[in-house]
Amino acid sequence: MDILLQQLINGLTTGSVYAIVALGYTMVYGVIQLINFAHGEVVMIGAMVAFTVIMALLGANLPPAFIVICGVIAAIPVCMAIGYLLERLAYRPLRHAPRLAPLITAIGMSIILQHIALLIWGRDPLAFPQIIENTSFTLGGAAISTVQIIIILLAWVLMGGLTWFVYRTKFGVAMRATAEDVRIAALMGIDADRVIAATFVIGAALGAVAGVMVGAYYGIAHYTMGFTLGLKAFSAAVLGGIGNLAGAMLGGVLLGIVEALGTGYISEVSDLCRWPLIGQMLSERCSAEGHLVLFGSNYQDVFAFLVLILVLVFRPSGLLGERVAERA
Amino acid sequence: MHVSAKACLASLAVAVALFGCGRKEEEAAKPAAQPAAPQTLTVKIGHVGPLTGGIAHLGKDNENGARLAVEEANAAGIRLGGAPVRFELVAEDDQADPKIGNTVAQKLVDAKVSGVVGHLNSGTTIPASAIYNQAGIPMISGSATNPALTEQGFKNVFRVVGRDDQQGPAVANYLLATVKPKVAAVIDDATAYGEGLANEVEKTLKAAGVMVLPREKGTDKTVDWKAVLTKIKGKKPDVVFYGGMDSTAGPLIKQARELKIEATFGFGDGACTDKMAELAGPAAEGLICSQAGIPVQAAGKKFLDAYKARFNMAPILYSPFTYDATWLLIEAMKQADSPDPAKYLPVLAAIRYDGASGHIEFDEKGDRKDAEMTIFTMKGGKVTPLAIIKGGKSLTLDEYAVKSAAK
Repeated sequence: MDILLQQLINGLTTGSVYAIVALGYTMVYGVIQLINFAHGEVVMIGAMVAFTVIMALLGANLPPAFIVICGVIAAIPVCMAIGYLLERLAYRPLRHAPRLAPLITAIGMSIILQHIALLIWGRDPLAFPQIIENTSFTLGGAAISTVQIIIILLAWVLMGGLTWFVYRTKFGVAMRATAEDVRIAALMGIDADRVIAATFVIGAALGAVAGVMVGAYYGIAHYTMGFTLGLKAFSAAVLGGIGNLAGAMLGGVLLGIVEALGTGYISEVSDLCRWPLIGQMLSERCSAEGHLVLFGSNYQDVFAFLVLILVLVFRPSGLLGERVAERA
Repeated sequence: MHVSAKACLASLAVAVALFGCGRKEEEAAKPAAQPAAPQTLTVKIGHVGPLTGGIAHLGKDNENGARLAVEEANAAGIRLGGAPVRFELVAEDDQADPKIGNTVAQKLVDAKVSGVVGHLNSGTTIPASAIYNQAGIPMISGSATNPALTEQGFKNVFRVVGRDDQQGPAVANYLLATVKPKVAAVIDDATAYGEGLANEVEKTLKAAGVMVLPREKGTDKTVDWKAVLTKIKGKKPDVVFYGGMDSTAGPLIKQARELKIEATFGFGDGACTDKMAELAGPAAEGLICSQAGIPVQAAGKKFLDAYKARFNMAPILYSPFTYDATWLLIEAMKQADSPDPAKYLPVLAAIRYDGASGHIEFDEKGDRKDAEMTIFTMKGGKVTPLAIIKGGKSLTLDEYAVKSAAK
């Protein structure tokens, strides 16, 4: 039981990060029906910038929490600027182009950002310094660390803040109006260009925070780290229903938990010796080796994409999806 | 300043990658094989290791060892067949990827290298060795430890480090003797090296009556080990062994301590570096790991001083071995008086040489005779040797130093 609880805590932590990154995908998709594949790279750059700032301040004899906050505060504007530039330079000129053109541009931007990071930060994995005292607490037999608690709490604060912003402010109304129909929103006096740019910038700011979370959680940052993370967050957004804010949050957390449980239990489930019929047929080899495992825990990254395929086959609109993503 | 230097290097690397092929072909066209007597003879020695990716620091260390040997040989003014010789190191990057390893191996064959030092990983060395074998080019790995490498019956394949069927039992026996485990967990990174070493460790632990949990696996890029570790935690192992490299092993031990797994962690040579402390912080303290040779600190003083003077840093892991491997090639060429692989290969197979890593002789398979194994622990952020195991006997570093000084 405590193992299950521990896997749920692990899944909730990664899931919270997926949820924040997924928000970046889903907001942009909601407004201009574009899948911004460069978003994972924005997250990576957030981690890298924070790493640089934290390393620079490390010798300065400041309180550790302050250094980390400085890292986050430095990463956010850099990512916001990148988000803005992506929209302004790469996507806006293609806003009325066929759907495929901005999608391919997004993939291109993702590669470009990766290589810019490679030029600046090099190829080696960067060891994220562990400066906040990371103590683990025991909770019903499962361990939860300070970093995990901070990640989960911060993620939910950010998601709450974003929901408030979208549903309770004037600018949020403008965003939702633009999402419904760009042309009519423009006729109503909404500056659509500004709203779309703001959507990118907000998504990028969330991405920056997610980047620092990932870096601090695993203690490692690398220029390719945004790629799989981005794809998984995209899967989470699709799972929840792309274009839907609550869906991205739900999808992220669910995906994190599916991944943790899947990785934790796959080798037991796929152990042929435990299967009633096949186990008897293979009883000789089973008694000699003990286990005949088909899929080991190295299939960790498969679960996100398995979920993506299942959702696309059985419920393309996602769990909370308002509309079918027919144009993507 | 720091950033722009890196950016410069990276763009240089791109330029080399783009134009490298053309340049090498030109060089190959130069009269290297049959020069007139007084002309300088250029002998190419290839080196392959991962210079990019998660373990680029280890690849560069290996390359530095080979580079140092080549530079020393050039300074020594060696003559082969009466002609003065200039040795040239052709350093290639295999990214620790078997597919790229094969491409690069073919590139070296096409560039007509006289011998190859490398590769670093067993997973890249084993497939590449078949290509060198076909071309009849001698290769010596300074770090590939998987037994399969020298079990293929290739006459041109050598290694100057020990094998995982020596390393695995050595580290497992050390864990057995010190921890006296009842339950052990074994994890690997699903590479030829990681899985092979983990198998050897598991065999030894099982033979001693330890209950070994079903194998858990990651990949050579896994950084999230929480799910695997959580599962293991429930079985309360006394010992956890991981077969893999430091870039994945660092996050592994860090997350294990966060989950309050109190087991003793054991690692192989790929994760027996100071990078572990950098990646895992205090969580790395007290880990046990092994290297398939003598510790870097115990290498010949001449080598250590020369390395530090040339590269402005201390050697990391296997550079004494690639240094020796390079000198072995050169020494065999000297004794055969020819850089022709067909002529110097028999000399190399029978060579007796005292290098930075001690006395080297090869057995009939191409493995180093009486290879040492060293057991380390992490102490104050540095891997510190605990014992050197030679011929079944365990010596401390001081005893080993006394013994080799007496020779």
